[in-house]
Amino acid sequence: MNRTMRKRLSRRSLLAGAGAAAAGLTIVPRLGWSAEEAKLNFYNWDTYIGETTLDDFKAASGIEVKMDLFADNDELFAKLKEGNPGYDVIVPTNDYVERMITAGMLEPLDHSKIPNIANITPVFRDAAFDPGRRHSLPYMWGTIGIGYRKSRVSATPDSWKHLYESDEYSGRIAMLGDGSTIVGIGLKYLGYSYNETDPARIKEVEELVIRQKPHIKAFAEDNGQDLLISGEVDLTMEWNGDILQVMAEDDDIGYSVPKEGGLLWEDTLAIPKGAPHPENAHRFIDFILDAEVGAAIADFIYYATPNEAAKQHLSAEYLDNPAIFPPPSVVEISETDKYLGEEHQRLIDETWTRIQAG
Amino acid sequence: MEGWRTNRRVFWTFFTPPTAWLVLFFLAPLALVWGFSFGEKRGLVEIAINGTLENYVRALDPLYLRIFAKSFWFAALTTLICLAVGFPVAIAITFAPSRWKPILLLLTILPFWTNLLIRTYALIAVLRTRGYVNFTAEWVWEKTNAALGWVGLGDLQLVGERFEPFQMLYNNTAVVFGLVYVHLPFMVLPLYAALDRLDRSYLEASLDLGAGQIRTFASVVVPLALPGIVSGVIITFIPALGSFLTPDLLGGTDSQMIANVIERQFKSANDWPFGAALSFILMYVTFFALALRAVTSRGRSAMEAA
Repeated sequence: MNRTMRKRLSRRSLLAGAGAAAAGLTIVPRLGWSAEEAKLNFYNWDTYIGETTLDDFKAASGIEVKMDLFADNDELFAKLKEGNPGYDVIVPTNDYVERMITAGMLEPLDHSKIPNIANITPVFRDAAFDPGRRHSLPYMWGTIGIGYRKSRVSATPDSWKHLYESDEYSGRIAMLGDGSTIVGIGLKYLGYSYNETDPARIKEVEELVIRQKPHIKAFAEDNGQDLLISGEVDLTMEWNGDILQVMAEDDDIGYSVPKEGGLLWEDTLAIPKGAPHPENAHRFIDFILDAEVGAAIADFIYYATPNEAAKQHLSAEYLDNPAIFPPPSVVEISETDKYLGEEHQRLIDETWTRIQAG
Repeated sequence: MEGWRTNRRVFWTFFTPPTAWLVLFFLAPLALVWGFSFGEKRGLVEIAINGTLENYVRALDPLYLRIFAKSFWFAALTTLICLAVGFPVAIAITFAPSRWKPILLLLTILPFWTNLLIRTYALIAVLRTRGYVNFTAEWVWEKTNAALGWVGLGDLQLVGERFEPFQMLYNNTAVVFGLVYVHLPFMVLPLYAALDRLDRSYLEASLDLGAGQIRTFASVVVPLALPGIVSGVIITFIPALGSFLTPDLLGGTDSQMIANVIERQFKSANDWPFGAALSFILMYVTFFALALRAVTSRGRSAMEAA
């Protein structure tokens, strides 16, 4: 799935890279505990937790957290597929939550043990991929939008039209080189659902993109932000996290989620089946959803927090950044992608092959 | 020690480990993938190998045949350019003073010390709109413009009103260029090996007997270097045909090669049986090329024996 392509490099990632390699080698003991010891095994993305969060949790609860890192959802999924090697809390992305629920890999959450659920922004208290949030709670979220060079556009590109059906920026456009994203966003532009399965509507997108091809410079292989910062293109479809990186280096770069809405991704906190310390896991999730803890994490990793109560502790610079928080009206009509079955997957792949061959 | 050829125990001691290695880590996985190509997907992760030919039939869809054809064309063009560029290089190394040879050979294989991905990104940094080629071209343009202005021709704008950077990346030319850049050493090394063995007295004889340089090259050097040419062509063509990184990073919107399609089947499309069928179609072509090579070299040794 497209989510595996997402890059998690933040400004701090280079430092943490070496640590990640070392942490990956450590073996987590596979043991069941009747009376829970004061330990917790956390399986997380690289550079995706606050600077002192784990120490703070130990100070508050006496529970020692050991964190292992994974690079993408495929790795997380593969590691847990053959049985949980001892993790208590994991951070899967929405579409993988859906798959893991289907495969019976997640432990249901006991909401009564997580009072801080009250802090969550109402939009995130329910989710199409996890009805009633029985298996997952939101951790961070983001979008796909248009990264652009401010000095080279006539106005803020507020419609997918600029990428899909316009020659205004001919030859200065890059799109994400991923079939399901190109088709999904194309469907959004045409006013359908991101998760539309009607082959006729998908065909419409195919024809639209093939017509637009002469104006597109490249289908970027997860490096649209590089093309943007090096001046190769002036508009690129990208994940907000990637654009945030280059915005930090270049003031002339902006980000907008078009008015038609786009793709919303959500990373979640979940407890995998067979977790050795489920009580501690609930305490840990509740701790992360605390207003101040959530704020400290968001301030450090600079992704959008779904924790409404945390916002009062966060700076205006963070809250007003359009690459972190797009306008609420746009967020409302954006969608998360759903796993729509293998037949659909094949249709999308063939469409994508035809787009590139056409 | 004399009897090692006949001593069974010694024979098995030396025979077993490499054979086991080959079977375990090469033949077995390959056989599994070959099996997948006759299989069918059942749900998310399961594949049932049931002897279906559906994957091969699907691969014969004009959509995929066109991509195969395009990949063959890219790989053939790459091989041809590598041959045209590599031959003079190999000749130069062959005739270089002997103390230079190791250094020249080292320079030829030096790129292999750097990862392909890094080399490709380096190429991007050289060729992109704000890359080193365009920086140089812009500098030349500015100097020319200034010189023209200085001799009083500035108003004519002979070199254009302003510098227009070359668009060298994100098209099919860039892909072929990138493939040539990556595969050139594969061509130079076997050519050099063949040319280095070549008996110089043949060249002298040819020249003494009145053949010109071109005639000597065409009638003496090329036939004698033919095994090297064939090896070079094969080991350039095959990996070029299976490239996916180069078209991914340097290509434009219509540069996809068959290996890109294959890669997707094992990743985002999650259709291993179809990916396996596509890979094995490439593999059959490879086997065919190697068989052709075996036949030509057998013909050659038969000729030499006669």
